[in-house]
Amino acid sequence: MSGLGTALRDLVRPDPGADRLVPPTGMGSWLTVFTAGVMAFLAVFALALSLASGRLADRWADALARTSTIRISAEGAQVAAQTEAVLALLATTPGVASARALSETEERALLVPWFGSDLPLEDLPIPQLIEVTEEGSGYDAEGLRLRLEAEAPGAVLDDHARWRQPLAEAASRLRFLGWGALLLILATTGAIITLAANASLSANESILKVLRQIGAQDAYIARAFVRRFTLRTLGGAATGVVCGLIAVWILPSGDTTGGFLTGLGFSGSSWLLPWLLPVLCAIVAFVATRAAAFRKLAEMT
Amino acid sequence: MIAFENVAYSYGGGELLSGVDLTLQPGSFHFLTGPSGAGKSTLLKLCYGELLSTKGRVVLFDRDIRGVGRDGLARMRRRVGVVQQDCQFLDHLSVAANVTLPLSVTGREGDPQDLSDLLGWVGLTHLAGARPPQLSGGERQRAALARAVITSPDVMLADEPTGNLDWEMSLRLLTLLVELNRMGKTILIATHDMNLIRAAKTQVAARVLRIKGGRVELAGAEL
Ligand SMILES: Nc1ncnc2c1ncn2[C@@H]1O[C@H](COP(=O)(O)OP(=O)(O)OP(=O)(O)O)[C@@H](O)[C@H]1O
Ligand SMILES: [Mg+2]
Repeated sequence: MSGLGTALRDLVRPDPGADRLVPPTGMGSWLTVFTAGVMAFLAVFALALSLASGRLADRWADALARTSTIRISAEGAQVAAQTEAVLALLATTPGVASARALSETEERALLVPWFGSDLPLEDLPIPQLIEVTEEGSGYDAEGLRLRLEAEAPGAVLDDHARWRQPLAEAASRLRFLGWGALLLILATTGAIITLAANASLSANESILKVLRQIGAQDAYIARAFVRRFTLRTLGGAATGVVCGLIAVWILPSGDTTGGFLTGLGFSGSSWLLPWLLPVLCAIVAFVATRAAAFRKLAEMT
Repeated sequence: MIAFENVAYSYGGGELLSGVDLTLQPGSFHFLTGPSGAGKSTLLKLCYGELLSTKGRVVLFDRDIRGVGRDGLARMRRRVGVVQQDCQFLDHLSVAANVTLPLSVTGREGDPQDLSDLLGWVGLTHLAGARPPQLSGGERQRAALARAVITSPDVMLADEPTGNLDWEMSLRLLTLLVELNRMGKTILIATHDMNLIRAAKTQVAARVLRIKGGRVELAGAEL
């Protein structure tokens, strides 16, 4: 439909002639600006929620998918022997991609944050840690435990990362809820703008009649309404996004610990993403108003 | 210019007009009379497609009004000047802006001199900046007539254009319409005013149509 291209061009080209056809009205215009603003504000949070839970789901899924640890506590020389035994055992365990004993330096690095760097680790009975990386659908934890008990009594399998499984699932579901909320927000925006546009069209019905009678075409008449509602929505939504971004920005952030609430924000280039919202809202307003205008005009000859 | 072929119209009840056959030749001047409620306004609205006939065909500029589509109808209406009985305006715009509206909706700019000449002729110069709600009934009719003729349309349809005017102003407007007719425009005026018809007959070869019992007939020389 070539009329659409013209309509889009008319949107950016100011035309005082067509603009003044519709009298400025109080309530309807504020309803549009306000709705667009509030909806965009809420959409910023829905977007932040989606992105944050997406990040969380990915991080958790990654971490738990792939690693667990085996801890070996034993007397002096026993440690080395049992480590050998466990590594040999793991090499023949289905579902284990690789296993690696952590070096002393690596273990020390793990402990420093908790105990400080001047701790005489040599004097402490630090257990040896073995990092197990899984493959496929993972290994059978119960079977491995039984075999470890038989071969290396000092070894304890720690697969506690597995408790995160349901959480990761919840996080990924939360992400879809976020996207769903975003869609609902856009749909609501469209519905309210349709309502406001219909009210405005009905209030100005006599104007539509006069314009039709003197030979104005539908697209020309619709344009005045479409332009007005689209620009109002764009302005309202942009304001809403600014407010939403400020609100997200001033949330306390603690990204390093990866907590969920403190992770509710944008990072890097995702700060740009919310700026798509005013554009989306404007597109919704454009389509909704144009449809409403043509529907109204079709009732007249 | 305009042809009715066996046209009938009903607002939902019985047929208000039926079996109407009518041809308005280019450059002709017609009056349409009949008692109040006979269907004069209805017939004018059928001419430019505000109403669509319930039976028969209405042909405008050699094209069936039903077949031209919405945009086609809009384009045809630019060649028709209409003065309705209850003239409507864009109340938030000035009288001058309303009068030039038919030009601006088609992206044309009016000649300011033409506008002031026209407003002068219909006696509205002093009200050019006023809003339509401030106008009297007669002033509204004159503004509507100015709006109808500003595009110099091929056909003029006027519904009781002198209904609220004194005799002197009525004659002025009649002169304007007669002038347009001399330029080759087709004119159709619905009116009750027999004096107006008589006055017109002294200037042009005007014919009188009468709606009677739902049909349109040519009134004889009895006037
Ligand atoms: N929109 C409408 N709905 C239903 N009936 C209508 C409508 N408009 C007009 N009528 C009826 O149709 C009849 C003809 O109306 P119309 O306006 O054509 O008469 P008219 O000849 O112009 O009368 P007048 O001289 O009083 O202007 C009237 O009886 C009127 O009540
Ligand atoms: Mg009438």
